[in-house]
Amino acid sequence: MLVEKSVAAGQANLEVFSETLQSLALYDRDILVVTSDSRGSGKLGPFGTKFPKQIVEIGIAEQNLVGVAAGLASTGKKVFAVSPACFLTARALEQIKNDVAYSDNPVKLVGISAGVSYGALGTTHHSLHDFAVLRTINNITIVAPADNFETEQAIRLATEADYPVYLRFGKKAMPLLNAEETTFEFGKGRVIKNGGDLTLIATGETVLPALKAAQKLEMESGIQAAVISMHTIKPLDYKLLHEFAANGKPIITVEEHSVYGGLGEACASYLMQSGLHNRFRIVAIPDEYTVTGSQSEIFNHYGISETGIAEVAKEIL
Amino acid sequence: MSVEYRKKILKYIYKAKAGHTGGSLSCVDILNVLYNDTMNVGPENFSSDDRDRYIQSKGHTVEALFVVLADKGFFPESDLETLCQYKSHYIGHPTRKVHGVEQNTGALGHGLSLSVGTAISAKLDDKDFRVFTLLGDGELPEGSNWEAALTASHYKLDNLCAVIDCNGLQISGPTAEVCNTEPLDAKFEAFGWSVRHVDGHNLKELQDTFAALPFEPGKPSMVIAHTVKGKGVSYMENELKWHHGVPSAEQYELAMEELGGVL
Repeated sequence: MLVEKSVAAGQANLEVFSETLQSLALYDRDILVVTSDSRGSGKLGPFGTKFPKQIVEIGIAEQNLVGVAAGLASTGKKVFAVSPACFLTARALEQIKNDVAYSDNPVKLVGISAGVSYGALGTTHHSLHDFAVLRTINNITIVAPADNFETEQAIRLATEADYPVYLRFGKKAMPLLNAEETTFEFGKGRVIKNGGDLTLIATGETVLPALKAAQKLEMESGIQAAVISMHTIKPLDYKLLHEFAANGKPIITVEEHSVYGGLGEACASYLMQSGLHNRFRIVAIPDEYTVTGSQSEIFNHYGISETGIAEVAKEIL
Repeated sequence: MSVEYRKKILKYIYKAKAGHTGGSLSCVDILNVLYNDTMNVGPENFSSDDRDRYIQSKGHTVEALFVVLADKGFFPESDLETLCQYKSHYIGHPTRKVHGVEQNTGALGHGLSLSVGTAISAKLDDKDFRVFTLLGDGELPEGSNWEAALTASHYKLDNLCAVIDCNGLQISGPTAEVCNTEPLDAKFEAFGWSVRHVDGHNLKELQDTFAALPFEPGKPSMVIAHTVKGKGVSYMENELKWHHGVPSAEQYELAMEELGGVL
Protein backbone atom coordinates (compact mmCIF):
# COMPACT_ATOMS: atom_id res chain seq x y z
CA MET A 1 0.00 0.00 0.00
CA LEU A 2 1.23 3.43 -0.83
CA VAL A 3 -0.76 5.03 1.94
CA GLU A 4 1.31 3.91 4.85
CA LYS A 5 -0.92 5.04 7.65
CA SER A 6 -3.49 7.63 8.50
CA VAL A 7 -2.45 9.57 11.60
CA ALA A 8 -6.00 10.02 12.74
CA ALA A 9 -5.55 10.41 16.44
CA GLY A 10 -5.14 14.13 16.98
CA GLN A 11 -3.16 14.75 13.85
CA ALA A 12 -5.12 17.24 11.87
CA ASN A 13 -2.58 19.53 10.27
CA LEU A 14 -3.56 22.24 12.74
CA GLU A 15 -2.35 20.01 15.53
CA VAL A 16 0.89 19.47 13.68
CA PHE A 17 1.04 23.25 13.28
CA SER A 18 0.55 23.85 17.00
CA GLU A 19 3.04 21.19 18.06
CA THR A 20 5.68 22.27 15.57
CA LEU A 21 5.38 25.89 16.59
CA GLN A 22 5.67 24.95 20.24
CA SER A 23 8.89 23.10 19.59
CA LEU A 24 10.27 26.08 17.64
CA ALA A 25 9.05 28.73 20.08
CA LEU A 26 10.99 27.12 22.91
CA TYR A 27 14.17 28.37 21.29
CA ASP A 28 12.91 31.48 19.51
CA ARG A 29 11.03 34.14 21.41
CA ASP A 30 10.50 36.13 18.22
CA ILE A 31 7.92 33.59 17.08
CA LEU A 32 4.49 35.10 17.58
CA VAL A 33 1.01 33.81 16.88
CA VAL A 34 -1.66 36.41 16.20
CA THR A 35 -5.22 35.13 16.39
CA SER A 36 -8.74 36.37 15.73
CA ASP A 37 -10.58 34.47 18.45
CA SER A 38 -9.25 31.43 16.62
CA ARG A 39 -7.14 29.99 19.41
CA GLY A 40 -9.50 27.04 19.83
CA SER A 41 -10.28 26.36 16.19
CA GLY A 42 -6.59 26.78 15.38
CA LYS A 43 -5.66 24.22 18.06
CA LEU A 44 -3.48 26.87 19.64
CA GLY A 45 -4.69 26.50 23.23
CA PRO A 46 -1.59 24.58 24.34
CA PHE A 47 0.69 27.05 22.55
CA GLY A 48 -0.98 29.96 24.33
CA THR A 49 -0.69 28.24 27.71
CA LYS A 50 3.00 27.51 27.26
CA PHE A 51 3.95 30.79 25.61
CA PRO A 52 1.51 33.46 26.85
CA LYS A 53 3.88 36.23 25.77
CA GLN A 54 4.07 34.86 22.24
CA ILE A 55 0.39 34.93 21.40
CA VAL A 56 -1.47 38.13 20.56
CA GLU A 57 -5.26 37.97 20.55
CA ILE A 58 -6.96 40.50 18.30
CA GLY A 59 -10.57 39.37 18.50
CA ILE A 60 -12.82 38.90 15.52
CA ALA A 61 -11.37 41.62 13.30
CA GLU A 62 -9.52 40.12 10.37
CA GLN A 63 -8.45 43.36 8.71
CA ASN A 64 -6.89 44.50 11.95
CA LEU A 65 -5.40 41.04 12.48
CA VAL A 66 -3.41 41.29 9.27
CA GLY A 67 -2.45 44.94 9.73
CA VAL A 68 -1.24 44.33 13.27
CA ALA A 69 0.63 41.22 12.13
CA ALA A 70 2.36 43.30 9.45
CA GLY A 71 3.35 45.91 12.02
CA LEU A 72 4.77 43.20 14.27
CA ALA A 73 6.64 41.59 11.38
CA SER A 74 8.17 44.94 10.45
CA THR A 75 9.99 44.90 13.80
CA GLY A 76 11.54 41.48 13.15
CA LYS A 77 8.94 39.24 14.75
CA LYS A 78 8.22 35.90 13.07
CA VAL A 79 4.49 36.27 12.89
CA PHE A 80 1.87 33.62 12.15
CA ALA A 81 -1.50 35.29 11.60
CA VAL A 82 -4.16 32.64 12.11
CA SER A 83 -7.76 32.92 11.01
CA PRO A 84 -10.29 30.89 9.03
CA ALA A 85 -9.16 30.96 5.40
CA CYS A 86 -12.53 32.23 4.20
CA PHE A 87 -12.32 35.43 6.27
CA LEU A 88 -8.56 35.88 6.19
CA THR A 89 -8.27 35.91 2.42
CA ALA A 90 -11.48 37.75 1.55
CA ARG A 91 -12.20 40.28 4.26
CA ALA A 92 -8.53 41.11 4.84
CA LEU A 93 -7.46 40.85 1.22
CA GLU A 94 -6.48 44.51 0.98
CA GLN A 95 -4.33 44.19 4.09
CA ILE A 96 -2.68 41.08 2.62
CA LYS A 97 -2.05 42.90 -0.64
CA ASN A 98 -0.76 46.17 0.83
CA ASP A 99 0.43 45.65 4.38
CA VAL A 100 2.01 42.24 3.86
CA ALA A 101 2.91 41.58 0.22
CA TYR A 102 3.49 45.07 -1.21
CA SER A 103 5.15 46.28 1.99
CA ASP A 104 7.43 43.25 2.23
CA ASN A 105 6.37 42.44 5.76
CA PRO A 106 7.06 38.70 5.97
CA VAL A 107 3.87 37.65 7.74
CA LYS A 108 2.97 33.95 7.62
CA LEU A 109 -0.76 33.88 6.95
CA VAL A 110 -2.36 30.68 8.16
CA GLY A 111 -5.76 30.06 6.61
CA ILE A 112 -7.43 27.42 8.76
CA SER A 113 -10.41 25.20 7.93
CA ALA A 114 -9.84 26.03 4.29
CA GLY A 115 -11.71 24.96 1.18
CA VAL A 116 -14.96 23.27 2.20
CA SER A 117 -13.64 22.03 5.56
CA TYR A 118 -16.56 23.71 7.29
CA GLY A 119 -18.90 21.59 5.17
CA ALA A 120 -22.55 22.23 5.93
CA LEU A 121 -21.84 25.63 7.50
CA GLY A 122 -22.08 26.78 3.92
CA THR A 123 -20.60 29.25 1.48
CA THR A 124 -19.89 32.02 4.02
CA HIS A 125 -17.38 29.65 5.60
CA HIS A 126 -15.91 28.13 2.45
CA SER A 127 -12.76 29.44 0.82
CA LEU A 128 -12.83 28.43 -2.82
CA HIS A 129 -11.34 31.73 -3.97
CA ASP A 130 -8.11 31.98 -2.01
CA PHE A 131 -5.68 30.49 -4.55
CA ALA A 132 -7.21 32.66 -7.26
CA VAL A 133 -7.03 35.97 -5.45
CA LEU A 134 -3.64 35.39 -3.85
CA ARG A 135 -2.07 34.17 -7.10
CA THR A 136 -2.62 37.61 -8.59
CA ILE A 137 -0.82 39.35 -5.75
CA ASN A 138 2.91 39.86 -6.17
CA ASN A 139 5.26 38.63 -3.44
CA ILE A 140 3.38 35.87 -1.65
CA THR A 141 4.13 32.15 -1.59
CA ILE A 142 1.03 29.94 -1.50
CA VAL A 143 1.28 26.49 0.10
CA ALA A 144 -1.30 23.74 0.72
CA PRO A 145 0.30 20.68 2.35
CA ALA A 146 -0.91 17.19 1.49
CA ASP A 147 0.12 15.36 4.63
CA ASN A 148 1.61 15.85 8.07
CA PHE A 149 5.16 15.65 6.79
CA GLU A 150 4.53 18.50 4.37
CA THR A 151 2.70 20.49 7.04
CA GLU A 152 5.55 20.23 9.51
CA GLN A 153 8.13 21.06 6.88
CA ALA A 154 6.09 23.99 5.60
CA ILE A 155 5.84 25.48 9.09
CA ARG A 156 9.56 25.14 9.66
CA LEU A 157 10.37 26.74 6.32
CA ALA A 158 7.80 29.50 6.81
CA THR A 159 9.21 30.38 10.23
CA GLU A 160 12.54 31.28 8.69
CA ALA A 161 11.20 32.71 5.43
CA ASP A 162 11.93 36.41 5.00
CA TYR A 163 9.01 36.75 2.60
CA PRO A 164 5.22 36.46 2.97
CA VAL A 165 3.72 32.97 2.94
CA TYR A 166 0.12 31.76 2.89
CA LEU A 167 -0.34 28.33 4.46
CA ARG A 168 -3.67 26.70 3.68
CA PHE A 169 -4.76 24.15 6.25
CA GLY A 170 -7.82 21.94 6.37
CA LYS A 171 -9.51 20.53 9.42
CA LYS A 172 -9.50 16.80 9.17
CA ALA A 173 -6.91 14.23 10.21
CA MET A 174 -4.21 13.98 7.61
CA PRO A 175 -2.24 10.98 6.38
CA LEU A 176 1.46 10.43 6.16
CA LEU A 177 2.11 9.64 2.52
CA ASN A 178 4.85 7.25 1.59
CA ALA A 179 6.22 9.36 -1.23
CA GLU A 180 8.90 8.81 -3.85
CA GLU A 181 10.23 12.27 -3.05
CA THR A 182 11.23 12.55 0.60
CA THR A 183 12.41 16.15 0.72
CA PHE A 184 10.31 19.27 0.88
CA GLU A 185 10.90 22.77 -0.33
CA PHE A 186 8.60 25.57 -1.37
CA GLY A 187 8.14 25.75 -5.13
CA LYS A 188 9.15 22.15 -5.72
CA GLY A 189 6.33 19.66 -6.22
CA ARG A 190 6.60 16.31 -4.52
CA VAL A 191 6.27 13.13 -6.57
CA ILE A 192 4.14 10.77 -4.52
CA LYS A 193 3.97 8.02 -7.11
CA ASN A 194 5.40 7.50 -10.57
CA GLY A 195 3.39 6.18 -13.50
CA GLY A 196 3.58 6.50 -17.26
CA ASP A 197 -0.04 6.45 -18.48
CA LEU A 198 -1.27 9.72 -17.07
CA THR A 199 -0.43 12.28 -14.37
CA LEU A 200 -2.62 13.41 -11.49
CA ILE A 201 -1.51 16.74 -10.07
CA ALA A 202 -3.27 17.52 -6.81
CA THR A 203 -2.82 19.85 -3.87
CA GLY A 204 -3.69 19.89 -0.17
CA GLU A 205 -6.38 17.50 0.95
CA THR A 206 -7.12 16.33 -2.58
CA VAL A 207 -3.79 14.53 -2.91
CA LEU A 208 -5.06 11.57 -0.90
CA PRO A 209 -8.14 10.95 -3.09
CA ALA A 210 -5.92 11.38 -6.15
CA LEU A 211 -3.54 8.74 -4.81
CA LYS A 212 -6.42 6.40 -4.02
CA ALA A 213 -7.75 6.91 -7.55
CA ALA A 214 -4.31 6.02 -8.93
CA GLN A 215 -4.27 2.85 -6.86
CA LYS A 216 -7.77 1.94 -8.03
CA LEU A 217 -6.81 2.50 -11.67
CA GLU A 218 -3.79 0.29 -11.25
CA MET A 219 -5.60 -2.51 -9.44
CA GLU A 220 -8.70 -2.56 -11.61
CA SER A 221 -7.35 -1.65 -15.03
CA GLY A 222 -3.58 -1.84 -14.90
CA ILE A 223 -3.36 1.90 -15.61
CA GLN A 224 -0.22 3.50 -14.22
CA ALA A 225 -0.95 7.01 -12.98
CA ALA A 226 1.69 9.33 -11.57
CA VAL A 227 0.62 11.41 -8.58
CA ILE A 228 2.18 14.75 -7.68
CA SER A 229 1.55 16.79 -4.56
CA MET A 230 1.78 20.31 -5.96
CA HIS A 231 1.83 21.79 -2.48
CA THR A 232 3.12 25.15 -3.66
CA ILE A 233 0.59 26.88 -5.88
CA LYS A 234 2.88 29.88 -6.28
CA PRO A 235 5.63 29.78 -7.33
CA LEU A 236 4.42 26.79 -9.31
CA ASP A 237 6.96 24.07 -10.12
CA TYR A 238 6.96 24.52 -13.89
CA LYS A 239 10.01 22.31 -14.25
CA LEU A 240 8.29 19.32 -12.71
CA LEU A 241 5.09 20.02 -14.64
CA HIS A 242 7.10 20.13 -17.86
CA GLU A 243 8.88 16.89 -17.05
CA PHE A 244 5.62 15.04 -16.48
CA ALA A 245 3.88 16.65 -19.46
CA ALA A 246 6.75 15.79 -21.81
CA ASN A 247 5.48 12.23 -22.39
CA GLY A 248 2.33 13.65 -23.97
CA LYS A 249 0.05 11.64 -21.68
CA PRO A 250 -3.10 13.13 -20.15
CA ILE A 251 -2.93 15.40 -17.12
CA ILE A 252 -5.65 15.81 -14.53
CA THR A 253 -5.44 18.46 -11.84
CA VAL A 254 -7.39 18.14 -8.58
CA GLU A 255 -8.05 20.84 -6.01
CA GLU A 256 -10.44 21.88 -3.26
CA HIS A 257 -11.01 25.23 -4.91
CA SER A 258 -13.09 26.89 -7.58
CA VAL A 259 -12.39 25.64 -11.09
CA TYR A 260 -11.39 29.22 -11.76
CA GLY A 261 -8.00 30.64 -10.97
CA GLY A 262 -6.45 27.82 -8.99
CA LEU A 263 -3.99 24.99 -9.57
CA GLY A 264 -5.73 23.73 -12.72
CA GLU A 265 -5.74 27.03 -14.56
CA ALA A 266 -2.17 27.74 -13.43
CA CYS A 267 -1.04 24.43 -14.96
CA ALA A 268 -3.13 24.91 -18.10
CA SER A 269 -1.68 28.35 -18.67
CA TYR A 270 1.87 27.04 -18.46
CA LEU A 271 1.21 24.04 -20.69
CA MET A 272 -0.51 26.06 -23.39
CA GLN A 273 2.17 28.73 -23.45
CA SER A 274 4.86 26.07 -23.60
CA GLY A 275 3.35 24.33 -26.62
CA LEU A 276 2.47 21.23 -24.60
CA HIS A 277 -0.94 20.04 -25.71
CA ASN A 278 -1.62 17.12 -23.38
CA ARG A 279 -5.25 16.15 -22.91
CA PHE A 280 -6.17 18.04 -19.78
CA ARG A 281 -8.95 18.16 -17.18
CA ILE A 282 -9.53 20.20 -14.04
CA VAL A 283 -11.31 18.46 -11.17
CA ALA A 284 -12.45 21.16 -8.74
CA ILE A 285 -15.56 22.83 -7.36
CA PRO A 286 -17.70 24.16 -10.22
CA ASP A 287 -18.95 27.71 -10.45
CA GLU A 288 -22.30 27.21 -8.75
CA TYR A 289 -23.95 27.45 -5.33
CA THR A 290 -22.06 24.74 -3.50
CA VAL A 291 -24.10 21.71 -2.51
CA THR A 292 -24.84 21.26 1.20
CA GLY A 293 -22.92 18.52 2.96
CA SER A 294 -19.87 17.53 4.92
CA GLN A 295 -16.50 18.03 3.31
CA SER A 296 -16.41 14.42 2.14
CA GLU A 297 -19.98 14.62 0.81
CA ILE A 298 -19.10 17.77 -1.11
CA PHE A 299 -15.95 16.08 -2.44
CA ASN A 300 -17.96 13.05 -3.57
CA HIS A 301 -20.67 15.22 -5.10
CA TYR A 302 -18.16 17.00 -7.33
CA GLY A 303 -16.03 13.98 -8.10
CA ILE A 304 -13.08 14.93 -5.91
CA SER A 305 -12.88 11.32 -4.82
CA GLU A 306 -11.24 8.01 -5.56
CA THR A 307 -14.11 7.02 -7.86
CA GLY A 308 -14.67 10.45 -9.39
CA ILE A 309 -11.05 11.02 -10.32
CA ALA A 310 -10.69 7.45 -11.65
CA GLU A 311 -13.72 8.01 -13.88
CA VAL A 312 -12.29 11.22 -15.30
CA ALA A 313 -9.03 9.37 -15.93
CA LYS A 314 -10.79 6.66 -17.91
CA GLU A 315 -12.73 9.23 -19.91
CA ILE A 316 -9.65 11.15 -20.88
CA LEU A 317 -7.39 8.17 -21.66
CA MET B 1 3.57 77.92 10.18
CA SER B 2 6.16 76.03 8.15
CA VAL B 3 6.63 78.36 5.20
CA GLU B 4 9.67 76.79 3.53
CA TYR B 5 8.13 73.33 3.57
CA ARG B 6 4.98 74.74 2.00
CA LYS B 7 6.93 76.32 -0.81
CA LYS B 8 8.71 73.06 -1.52
CA ILE B 9 5.46 71.09 -1.50
CA LEU B 10 4.02 73.44 -4.09
CA LYS B 11 7.23 73.47 -6.12
CA TYR B 12 7.31 69.70 -6.55
CA ILE B 13 3.58 69.30 -7.08
CA TYR B 14 3.74 72.03 -9.70
CA LYS B 15 6.64 70.33 -11.39
CA ALA B 16 5.08 66.84 -11.26
CA LYS B 17 1.70 68.19 -12.33
CA ALA B 18 0.29 65.86 -9.70
CA GLY B 19 -0.15 65.67 -5.96
CA HIS B 20 -2.45 66.16 -3.03
CA THR B 21 -1.99 69.85 -2.47
CA GLY B 22 -4.64 70.75 0.08
CA GLY B 23 -3.95 67.92 2.50
CA SER B 24 -0.19 68.26 2.28
CA LEU B 25 -0.57 71.89 3.28
CA SER B 26 -2.87 70.97 6.16
CA CYS B 27 -0.60 68.31 7.70
CA VAL B 28 2.88 69.74 7.11
CA ASP B 29 3.11 71.63 10.40
CA ILE B 30 2.36 68.40 12.29
CA LEU B 31 5.15 66.65 10.36
CA ASN B 32 7.51 69.54 10.98
CA VAL B 33 7.10 69.26 14.75
CA LEU B 34 7.16 65.46 14.83
CA TYR B 35 10.34 65.13 12.76
CA ASN B 36 12.20 68.18 14.04
CA ASP B 37 11.24 68.14 17.69
CA THR B 38 9.27 65.17 18.98
CA MET B 39 10.56 61.98 17.40
CA ASN B 40 13.87 60.29 17.84
CA VAL B 41 14.37 59.39 14.20
CA GLY B 42 16.66 60.53 11.43
CA PRO B 43 18.97 59.09 8.78
CA GLU B 44 21.61 58.43 11.44
CA ASN B 45 19.46 56.01 13.44
CA PHE B 46 16.97 54.76 10.86
CA SER B 47 18.37 51.23 10.96
CA SER B 48 18.22 51.12 14.75
CA ASP B 49 15.48 49.02 16.33
CA ASP B 50 15.07 51.75 18.94
CA ARG B 51 14.07 54.58 16.61
CA ASP B 52 10.65 56.16 16.90
CA ARG B 53 8.34 55.17 14.06
CA TYR B 54 6.12 57.37 11.92
CA ILE B 55 3.49 55.67 9.76
CA GLN B 56 1.40 57.90 7.54
CA SER B 57 -2.05 56.46 7.23
CA LYS B 58 -3.32 59.26 4.98
CA GLY B 59 -0.71 58.29 2.45
CA HIS B 60 -1.95 60.58 -0.31
CA THR B 61 -0.39 63.66 1.30
CA VAL B 62 3.01 62.14 0.67
CA GLU B 63 4.43 65.38 -0.72
CA ALA B 64 4.53 66.81 2.80
CA LEU B 65 6.33 63.70 4.06
CA PHE B 66 8.85 63.64 1.19
CA VAL B 67 9.73 67.29 1.69
CA VAL B 68 10.31 66.81 5.42
CA LEU B 69 12.32 63.60 4.91
CA ALA B 70 14.53 65.35 2.34
CA ASP B 71 15.09 68.19 4.78
CA LYS B 72 16.07 65.66 7.46
CA GLY B 73 18.72 64.36 5.07
CA PHE B 74 17.21 60.99 4.23
CA PHE B 75 17.78 61.69 0.52
CA PRO B 76 18.81 64.63 -1.66
CA GLU B 77 15.95 67.04 -2.19
CA SER B 78 16.73 67.05 -5.91
CA ASP B 79 15.33 63.48 -6.02
CA LEU B 80 11.91 65.09 -5.75
CA GLU B 81 12.38 66.47 -9.24
CA THR B 82 11.34 62.98 -10.34
CA LEU B 83 8.12 62.90 -8.28
CA CYS B 84 5.53 60.76 -10.08
CA GLN B 85 7.74 60.46 -13.16
CA TYR B 86 8.25 57.25 -15.11
CA LYS B 87 10.39 54.78 -13.10
CA SER B 88 10.80 57.16 -10.15
CA HIS B 89 10.73 55.72 -6.62
CA TYR B 90 8.93 58.86 -5.56
CA ILE B 91 5.37 57.81 -6.27
CA GLY B 92 2.19 59.47 -5.11
CA HIS B 93 2.05 57.55 -1.83
CA PRO B 94 4.60 56.55 0.84
CA THR B 95 6.78 53.64 -0.22
CA ARG B 96 9.70 52.00 1.50
CA LYS B 97 11.72 52.40 -1.65
CA VAL B 98 12.22 55.93 -0.36
CA HIS B 99 14.69 56.09 2.52
CA GLY B 100 12.97 57.11 5.72
CA VAL B 101 9.53 55.71 4.93
CA GLU B 102 8.40 53.05 7.42
CA GLN B 103 5.48 51.45 5.62
CA ASN B 104 3.87 51.39 2.21
CA THR B 105 0.55 53.11 2.63
CA GLY B 106 -2.03 54.74 0.44
CA ALA B 107 -5.16 52.65 0.82
CA LEU B 108 -7.01 54.30 3.67
CA GLY B 109 -7.62 52.76 7.06
CA HIS B 110 -4.35 50.82 7.21
CA GLY B 111 -1.96 52.98 9.20
CA LEU B 112 -3.48 52.54 12.62
CA SER B 113 -3.36 48.71 12.55
CA LEU B 114 0.25 48.80 11.33
CA SER B 115 1.06 51.22 14.14
CA VAL B 116 -0.71 49.10 16.73
CA GLY B 117 1.30 46.04 15.68
CA THR B 118 4.53 48.02 15.87
CA ALA B 119 3.62 49.40 19.30
CA ILE B 120 2.69 45.93 20.61
CA SER B 121 6.12 44.72 19.54
CA ALA B 122 7.78 47.47 21.61
CA LYS B 123 5.71 46.45 24.63
CA LEU B 124 6.54 42.76 24.19
CA ASP B 125 10.26 43.54 24.07
CA ASP B 126 10.22 46.26 26.74
CA LYS B 127 11.56 48.76 24.24
CA ASP B 128 11.11 52.48 24.68
CA PHE B 129 10.45 53.55 21.11
CA ARG B 130 7.19 55.26 20.30
CA VAL B 131 4.90 54.97 17.32
CA PHE B 132 3.22 57.93 15.64
CA THR B 133 0.62 57.78 12.92
CA LEU B 134 -1.19 60.46 10.97
CA LEU B 135 -4.81 59.84 10.08
CA GLY B 136 -7.07 61.93 7.90
CA ASP B 137 -10.51 62.85 9.19
CA GLY B 138 -11.88 61.70 5.84
CA GLU B 139 -10.55 58.15 6.28
CA LEU B 140 -12.19 57.56 9.64
CA PRO B 141 -15.31 55.85 8.24
CA GLU B 142 -13.01 52.94 7.29
CA GLY B 143 -13.99 50.31 9.86
CA SER B 144 -10.45 49.01 10.23
CA ASN B 145 -9.58 52.23 12.11
CA TRP B 146 -12.07 51.34 14.80
CA GLU B 147 -10.90 47.74 14.99
CA ALA B 148 -7.38 49.05 15.57
CA ALA B 149 -8.59 51.65 18.06
CA LEU B 150 -10.07 48.85 20.17
CA THR B 151 -6.85 46.84 20.08
CA ALA B 152 -4.77 49.88 21.01
CA SER B 153 -6.65 50.43 24.25
CA HIS B 154 -7.02 46.70 24.95
CA TYR B 155 -3.23 46.41 24.98
CA LYS B 156 -2.82 49.74 26.85
CA LEU B 157 -0.54 51.13 24.14
CA ASP B 158 0.62 54.35 25.76
CA ASN B 159 3.60 54.22 23.39
CA LEU B 160 1.25 54.96 20.51
CA CYS B 161 0.15 58.42 19.41
CA ALA B 162 -2.31 58.96 16.60
CA VAL B 163 -2.84 62.41 15.12
CA ILE B 164 -5.93 63.26 13.12
CA ASP B 165 -5.32 65.92 10.48
CA CYS B 166 -8.80 67.30 10.98
CA ASN B 167 -9.22 69.67 8.07
CA GLY B 168 -12.92 69.02 7.67
CA LEU B 169 -12.86 68.39 3.92
CA GLN B 170 -12.57 65.31 1.76
CA ILE B 171 -12.66 64.73 -1.95
CA SER B 172 -16.40 65.13 -2.44
CA GLY B 173 -17.24 67.64 0.27
CA PRO B 174 -17.17 68.52 3.96
CA THR B 175 -16.57 65.43 6.11
CA ALA B 176 -19.57 66.41 8.21
CA GLU B 177 -21.76 66.05 5.11
CA VAL B 178 -20.10 63.00 3.52
CA CYS B 179 -20.15 60.89 6.67
CA ASN B 180 -20.24 62.71 9.95
CA THR B 181 -17.74 61.19 12.38
CA GLU B 182 -18.14 63.78 15.14
CA PRO B 183 -17.85 63.89 18.07
CA LEU B 184 -14.41 62.37 17.52
CA ASP B 185 -13.13 63.10 21.03
CA ALA B 186 -16.05 61.35 22.71
CA LYS B 187 -15.79 58.42 20.34
CA PHE B 188 -12.08 57.82 20.92
CA GLU B 189 -12.47 58.39 24.65
CA ALA B 190 -15.20 55.77 24.66
CA PHE B 191 -12.75 53.47 22.86
CA GLY B 192 -10.29 53.97 25.72
CA TRP B 193 -8.00 56.65 24.31
CA SER B 194 -6.75 59.81 25.97
CA VAL B 195 -7.66 62.68 23.65
CA ARG B 196 -6.43 66.25 23.25
CA HIS B 197 -7.34 68.97 20.79
CA VAL B 198 -4.71 71.21 19.26
CA ASP B 199 -4.38 73.94 16.66
CA GLY B 200 -2.63 71.90 13.96
CA HIS B 201 -0.80 74.94 12.58
CA ASN B 202 0.51 76.31 15.88
CA LEU B 203 4.00 74.86 16.13
CA LYS B 204 4.44 75.73 19.80
CA GLU B 205 1.11 74.20 20.72
CA LEU B 206 1.93 71.04 18.76
CA GLN B 207 5.35 70.89 20.38
CA ASP B 208 3.92 71.20 23.89
CA THR B 209 1.20 68.67 23.17
CA PHE B 210 3.63 66.02 21.92
CA ALA B 211 5.99 66.79 24.81
CA ALA B 212 3.19 65.74 27.16
CA LEU B 213 2.95 62.20 25.72
CA PRO B 214 1.65 59.87 26.91
CA PHE B 215 -1.36 61.89 27.99
CA GLU B 216 -2.31 59.15 30.46
CA PRO B 217 -0.32 56.07 31.44
CA GLY B 218 -1.84 52.89 30.09
CA LYS B 219 -3.82 54.61 27.34
CA PRO B 220 -3.06 55.33 23.69
CA SER B 221 -2.94 59.06 22.93
CA MET B 222 -5.05 60.80 20.30
CA VAL B 223 -4.31 64.30 19.07
CA ILE B 224 -7.14 65.90 17.16
CA ALA B 225 -5.31 68.55 15.17
CA HIS B 226 -7.62 71.22 13.84
CA THR B 227 -6.24 72.27 10.49
CA VAL B 228 -7.17 74.15 7.34
CA LYS B 229 -6.99 72.34 4.03
CA GLY B 230 -4.72 74.35 1.72
CA LYS B 231 -3.32 76.31 4.68
CA GLY B 232 -0.97 79.14 3.74
CA VAL B 233 -2.26 79.91 0.26
CA SER B 234 -5.31 82.14 0.48
CA TYR B 235 -7.10 80.89 -2.62
CA MET B 236 -6.54 77.24 -1.68
CA GLU B 237 -7.72 77.41 1.90
CA ASN B 238 -10.90 75.45 2.56
CA GLU B 239 -11.48 75.04 -1.17
CA LEU B 240 -12.53 71.56 -2.20
CA LYS B 241 -10.92 71.68 -5.63
CA TRP B 242 -7.44 71.86 -4.09
CA HIS B 243 -7.78 68.32 -2.67
CA HIS B 244 -5.63 67.24 -5.57
CA GLY B 245 -5.63 70.39 -7.63
CA VAL B 246 -2.38 71.37 -9.35
CA PRO B 247 -1.68 75.09 -9.71
CA SER B 248 -1.29 76.73 -13.12
CA ALA B 249 1.81 78.84 -13.75
CA GLU B 250 -0.03 81.96 -12.64
CA GLN B 251 -1.49 80.33 -9.58
CA TYR B 252 1.91 78.92 -8.69
CA GLU B 253 3.52 82.34 -8.82
CA LEU B 254 0.73 83.83 -6.78
CA ALA B 255 1.09 81.13 -4.14
CA MET B 256 4.84 81.60 -3.92
CA GLU B 257 4.37 85.33 -3.61
CA GLU B 258 2.00 84.84 -0.72
CA LEU B 259 4.53 82.56 0.93
CA GLY B 260 7.29 85.14 0.60
CA GLY B 261 8.89 84.51 -2.75
CA VAL B 262 9.96 81.75 -5.07
CA LEU B 263 12.48 79.24 -3.73
